[in-house]
Amino acid sequence: MIFVENVSKSFVLHNQGAAEIPVMQGASLRVAAGECVSLVGASGAGKSTLMRMIYGNYLTASGRIMVGDLDVASAPPREIIRLRRETLGYVSQFLRVVPRVSTLDVVAEPLLSTGTARDDAMAQAEALLRRLNIPKRLWALSPTTFSGGEQQRVNIARGFAFPYPALLLDEPTASLDPTNRATVLAMIEEAKARGAALIGIFHDHAARDAVCDRQLDVTQFTPGLAA
Amino acid sequence: MTPLLQVENLAKFYGHRIGCTDVSFDLFPGEVMGIVGESGSGKSTLLNCLAGHLTPDRGAVRFDTRAEGLKDTITMSEPERRMLGRTDWAFVHQHARDGLRMNVSAGGNVGERLMAVNARHYGNIRAEAIDWLGRVEITQDRIDERPTAFSGGMQQRLQIARNLVTGPRLVFMDEPTGGLDVSVQARLLDLLRSLVREMNLSAIIVTHDLAVVRLLADRLMVMKDGHVIETGLTDQVLDDPQQAYTQLLVSSVLQV
Ligand SMILES: Nc1ncnc2c1ncn2[C@@H]1O[C@H](COP(=O)(O)OP(=O)(O)OP(=O)(O)O)[C@@H](O)[C@H]1O
Ligand SMILES: Nc1ncnc2c1ncn2[C@@H]1O[C@H](COP(=O)(O)OP(=O)(O)OP(=O)(O)O)[C@@H](O)[C@H]1O
Ligand SMILES: [Mg+2]
Ligand SMILES: [Mg+2]
Repeated sequence: MIFVENVSKSFVLHNQGAAEIPVMQGASLRVAAGECVSLVGASGAGKSTLMRMIYGNYLTASGRIMVGDLDVASAPPREIIRLRRETLGYVSQFLRVVPRVSTLDVVAEPLLSTGTARDDAMAQAEALLRRLNIPKRLWALSPTTFSGGEQQRVNIARGFAFPYPALLLDEPTASLDPTNRATVLAMIEEAKARGAALIGIFHDHAARDAVCDRQLDVTQFTPGLAA
Repeated sequence: MTPLLQVENLAKFYGHRIGCTDVSFDLFPGEVMGIVGESGSGKSTLLNCLAGHLTPDRGAVRFDTRAEGLKDTITMSEPERRMLGRTDWAFVHQHARDGLRMNVSAGGNVGERLMAVNARHYGNIRAEAIDWLGRVEITQDRIDERPTAFSGGMQQRLQIARNLVTGPRLVFMDEPTGGLDVSVQARLLDLLRSLVREMNLSAIIVTHDLAVVRLLADRLMVMKDGHVIETGLTDQVLDDPQQAYTQLLVSSVLQV
């Protein structure tokens, strides 16, 4: 489902001396449907960078990133937008939302934008929020004022609302209590069971070992660090 | 898929000064594109050329017309272009007073656009005006007031209602949230986003505010000195900017 082949990336900080800083070289990765692969490696090794490249959030300098049959590394914005709507989900570390939009709407949005009827989308969003223990009194409020852990759970609810065939998770269990953490791990298992391909970054080793089938150490792709 | 708008090699000069030049892009149905750049970079010039308010010196602006498909709006007849301006296009000005009739009631402002497209029956027009005012959260009891009695945010919402009542397919917006305080901006953004989705609108939004484009635009175009210097997915341009100027622009705001 996800096939990354020989990709590289560097940053040029024009306003800080314009030096070219290579951060990734020869990165390759393959994730099949129903599989969860975790990205590991020291801080700064490039885990989030690789994930952002797969999502099209960072540009890729060379190589291919196939998600389904689209090469994200070379696709025009319009096709990446469609891929994100229909195929590729991403639970980022931080929730970013339009102010004033209710939590329920934030969670239902991925369903509404793929054509689910409003009542149905709302019912599914409610079920997810309930499952993740977001108190009902918060559903009508914007999540912008929620606690870190609450925002994280809203972000997860939103990310799991639509059954994406491919899903990227950046620290999905950070800042969660044991009960909610167990719920999120169960949701990951369910996504695998329905055939989703997942890539995750987990600093929580126990969580990683519980749901991931394999690990990929990105340090081997970090220029200047490769063994 | 046919683009809704196809811009090719567009240029506009003011004497020797560049307004904007070498602008090319396609906009597809349902897409929202943001245009950012410093003051004087040519954003309003470009938007006005696209909307038929200014005549470019070079290039083509093809719009997917209902009757004839893609057609260059620069070379079409004036009446035809005006008709587009009243039906398929909408233009939301930065200052609501430039887009409203200040001496006509709120209901009249909305109804007038409907009459311009040959809606005739008074009852229908009034009902539709009330419906639209409701959608932009202006209550029915204020329908007979003039916009001068409204706050800035209300005026802006009225301008949006006036523009969208005829069911346009393409909306041009020049700093639609400029000059409004932050909570009013948030309300307006929320409104714009839901309208864009419900009506499957395409929109081109000029703004200084990177937080606004982050939330509203799918794609982003960065302008400097009349040139387009960078384009891409909005979050990609903001999180992984390639050009020196874009990096400066992104790093000079606190957090978007
Ligand atoms: N937008 C950016 N601009 C410049 N450099 C960046 C950018 N994003 C990441 N980097 C650099 O790329 C390298 C990899 O960073 P990345 O965030 O991918 O690491 P990571 O493995 O996720 O680390 P952590 O475990 O700390 O989250 C770092 O040197 C980082 O400074
Ligand atoms: N009517 C005019 N006559 C002469 N020069 C003009 C005219 N309108 C704009 N210009 C010039 O064209 C350039 C682009 O102006 P424009 O208004 O398009 O910029 P902008 O990006 O919209 O700026 P702002 O963010 O301040 O609104 C500027 O150098 C401006 O001085
Ligand atoms: Mg990281
Ligand atoms: Mg301007």
